[in-house]
Amino acid sequence: MEIAFWLIAAATIYFLPGRHLILTEIAILALFALSLDLILGYAGIISLGHAAFFGFGGYAAGLLAKHALVTEPVLALVLSGLAAAALGFVTSFLVLRGSDLTRLMVTLGVALVLREIANRYSELTGGADGLQGITMAPLLGIFRFDLFGHTAYIYSLIVLFVLFVIARRVVHSPFGLSLRSIKGNPLRAAAIGIPVDRRLITIYTVAAFYAGVAGALLTQTTAFASLDVFSFDRSADLLLVLIIGGTGYLYGGLVGAVAFKLMQDWLAHLTPQYWQFWLGLVLVAIVLIGRERMGRWVSPLRILGERLSERIARLFGAASGTEGR
Amino acid sequence: MLTILFDGVAYGMLLFVLACGLSVTLGLMNLINLAHGAFAMAGGYVTVVLVNRMGVPFLAALPLAFLVMAALGALLERTLYVHVYAKSHLDQVLFTIGLVFMSVAAVDYVMGSSQQFVKIPQMLQGQVDLFGTGVGKYRLLIIVVCGLLTVALQLALTKTRFGSRLRAAVDDQRVARGLGINVNAVFAVTFAFGSGLAGLGGALGAEILGLDPIFPLKYMIYFLIVVTVGGTSSITGPFLASILLGIGDVAGKYYAPKLGAFAIYTIMIVVLIWRPQGLFARPTTR
Repeated sequence: MEIAFWLIAAATIYFLPGRHLILTEIAILALFALSLDLILGYAGIISLGHAAFFGFGGYAAGLLAKHALVTEPVLALVLSGLAAAALGFVTSFLVLRGSDLTRLMVTLGVALVLREIANRYSELTGGADGLQGITMAPLLGIFRFDLFGHTAYIYSLIVLFVLFVIARRVVHSPFGLSLRSIKGNPLRAAAIGIPVDRRLITIYTVAAFYAGVAGALLTQTTAFASLDVFSFDRSADLLLVLIIGGTGYLYGGLVGAVAFKLMQDWLAHLTPQYWQFWLGLVLVAIVLIGRERMGRWVSPLRILGERLSERIARLFGAASGTEGR
Repeated sequence: MLTILFDGVAYGMLLFVLACGLSVTLGLMNLINLAHGAFAMAGGYVTVVLVNRMGVPFLAALPLAFLVMAALGALLERTLYVHVYAKSHLDQVLFTIGLVFMSVAAVDYVMGSSQQFVKIPQMLQGQVDLFGTGVGKYRLLIIVVCGLLTVALQLALTKTRFGSRLRAAVDDQRVARGLGINVNAVFAVTFAFGSGLAGLGGALGAEILGLDPIFPLKYMIYFLIVVTVGGTSSITGPFLASILLGIGDVAGKYYAPKLGAFAIYTIMIVVLIWRPQGLFARPTTR
């Protein structure tokens, strides 16, 4: 099943060449959602300001490229991610304190402060006009970014895949299990000897790295960064993405990103100005119906999908068997 | 200097009327209601329609805005909000953000995205001389109205039977239920009243804060600051917090315009780190 998912993703490179621009957006959103899933789905931290790291990574990548400090995109990507991770490490101490509401306020506040800073230091960031005049060097010095976004898409997809595999390793490690126990009950987790604060700081920093890489990818593929990357809407949309896909199993972010972008595209097509209304309606409906109940609807589908893929695999197996004879 | 103080107090009082409903709902039902600003915006638009299109006098439109929003608040509370009390904070946040998005788009659809202005009667425009400083008549009205409201609220909360029930329910919901207080009914009334106050604040503030469809998003953070800094266990806490915020914001914009809203956010974060329960909150045992 997992392999099938990535095979389909890889197949889109060849079969949907006209849609690479929106597919790139989906891949970036998926990475961003994956990052939120790490702290929300696994550590239980609610954040309304995750765009802070996204934006920080985005501006970092933009500045690195614009001033030709680091011209190689992959290296710049990693550096931007590390910059966001540093920010995440520093702010994690603020997030550790207090209840859900305090966390909401602090995360939101951090994003707002960063937005203000980016707005004020306009000589560095371009202010409200955004960071313009970014020219991206070819990837690894070989592959140029083309107008149709083919290189950008393949690049984003590979980054997403690599980081996904790492995240998968992380959450299935003893470290990931300890995070789940903290989410379940921090007091008991501490009682059985898990250093709760240290674990939360670590995962928050890692999630910030992921978000920073996602932001940097957006800047690199669009050669532009604006104040919009810090906006509250972006953090709120991200929560919606993750809720559509489901939290706590990593694929939620990816599935949610695909569903969200397609829905947004479709709604924006129907009502260019008022699509936000329908997004809001979806959110309200999801909460009122109940996320657990939705999960119950999805799980038969998932089982069905697994059975189907099994049967297809058997079919293919049979076919290759007859060929052999 | 005095004018800034005066404007700051007016602004702060306005914020208090806008946000005090939120602080009570948060304290009482532990409900994170990010859609509170939507009620304020709706109140503002109700006033715009009443005054500009139907020719209702401005001062008569204010109580009407309150009543309409209180009715709407009661309706939404009974139909939608009751379902999310027992859910997690994440669900509440998602639910109320959804409501905000819907209200923004709906208002955009009905009234257009441009900024709306309420026609203020001639009587309330201009300045009067007070203690040697010129103060805007309209701001004076705001201070008087909001000041009276605050006193009335404080009295209602401390002297009446309903007030004691409400305070009991905020302090410990389970014990209050055990004593035979119908907490759900108390909450429904409080929610409606808080929504009404938000509507009134929106109507009054349309002139000062500006009224456009993104109002709930723009001022959400301010309401939340008032509530988190002031604490949720009394109304004096949010009151002091909103006055401080009002004066700080006006003075900040006047003396250090380069700093902008930056200072306010930083102060909020520092306060939250220093005292997560709020500046003026009693230490709770819960």
